[in-house]
Amino acid sequence: MNGAQDLGGMMGFGPVEPEPEDVRFHAPWEKRALAVTLAAGAMGEWNIDASRHARETLSPADYLSSSYYEIWIKGLEKLLLARGLVTAEELAAGRALVPGDPGKRVLKAADVPAVLARGTQYDRPAEAPARFAVGEQVRTKVMHPAGHTRLPRYARGKVGTIARVNGVFVFPDTHAHGKGEHPQWLYTVAFSGAELWGADGDATLTVSIDAWESYLEGVEA
Amino acid sequence: MHDHSHAHHHDGHDHDHHDHDHDHDHDHEGSELSPIALRVRALESILVEKGYVDPAALDVLIETYETKIGPRNGARVVAKAWADEDYLGWLRADATAAIHSLGFTGRQGEHMVAVENTAQEHNLVVCTLCSCYPWPVLGLPPVWYKSAPYRSRAVIDPRGVLADFGVTLPETTHIRVWDSTAETRYLVIPMRPAGTEGWDEEALARLVTRDSMIGTGLARNPAEVRP
Repeated sequence: MNGAQDLGGMMGFGPVEPEPEDVRFHAPWEKRALAVTLAAGAMGEWNIDASRHARETLSPADYLSSSYYEIWIKGLEKLLLARGLVTAEELAAGRALVPGDPGKRVLKAADVPAVLARGTQYDRPAEAPARFAVGEQVRTKVMHPAGHTRLPRYARGKVGTIARVNGVFVFPDTHAHGKGEHPQWLYTVAFSGAELWGADGDATLTVSIDAWESYLEGVEA
Repeated sequence: MHDHSHAHHHDGHDHDHHDHDHDHDHDHEGSELSPIALRVRALESILVEKGYVDPAALDVLIETYETKIGPRNGARVVAKAWADEDYLGWLRADATAAIHSLGFTGRQGEHMVAVENTAQEHNLVVCTLCSCYPWPVLGLPPVWYKSAPYRSRAVIDPRGVLADFGVTLPETTHIRVWDSTAETRYLVIPMRPAGTEGWDEEALARLVTRDSMIGTGLARNPAEVRP
């Protein structure tokens, strides 16, 4: 969706503010927000694409005025509400009003290291050959889906070159909406600065995205 | 003055409906939490009371990302790549396996690609759509990496972003920006500084900063880090 999360190429946000690498958190609540988000995610009630979509459906004004951990918490509340795991009344009251479902998966402290070390694999076996090869020119589609997509606006309708064939990966555009994994070939596609930003673009710039096969179409030689 | 102004600001207002300050948590007073701190505390309480979240697991998660998983992991990868030609070759051919071989596996590092800086080409990593970042090697992303200024400008004005970090590259240096739009995670291998011949991996790792592995910085000057 064309939400506020799709920031590439926007202007006016001011300078980047670097900070030392030993700074981990800026307030105690950020630690709790991190941990609650990861622990709730480990219930397995939603996947990473659904959680990204929950965050990007915040209204643009809300998204842009929230810090990232705030975005996480607001997205988490949406996911929990949508799946009936918490109620709006509970959020308003700040405490549980109805008992939880004892059948849900709960991440135990002893399992945290193994769960983090395992991660989640998003690649899948190939069932068809890749349509495009390294070095081939492709054009990204012009599309504006109302749902989740990982094709940023700045890279739609642009001609680029296949820089790497990454394998077959779960397709976020369906996966985010509970419509299945529909794995597709994933390519790294490189674009020149001029193709993306016009004649005034940085002539030394190449930008690449990772794009699923259905985002791409062939270019007539 | 500081405490007084905040107390005045909050007095008599509905905390749910005014803008809050992202930078302050008011927890030092023990009584007045910011609206977002209260919101997080409420959510945590609800999930714990319903049995969906184990409070001990929350503590382990925080401890893990505060003390165990951070950019020193990535620095070890880079140092090994600098010191060991065979390892560098493995990193080029299969970064996921090469990085996992050092024990840096898992969440947000499942599918890794290493990109090497050279005298001709500089690499910079961003996630314009969210905050994708290689956690097992770099830890949690810094706040600027997740912020609108970085995510918006990295792809259109990378030299301007580099200037914000005090980095100026030659005008002829090619800049490659990697927008992490899938589950592939990128690790930049910065250029090895001259004058470090014969250094062991431990000494080399001290030259490697977090920002140099994102591409917003360069490796440290060897004079700053004597082996």
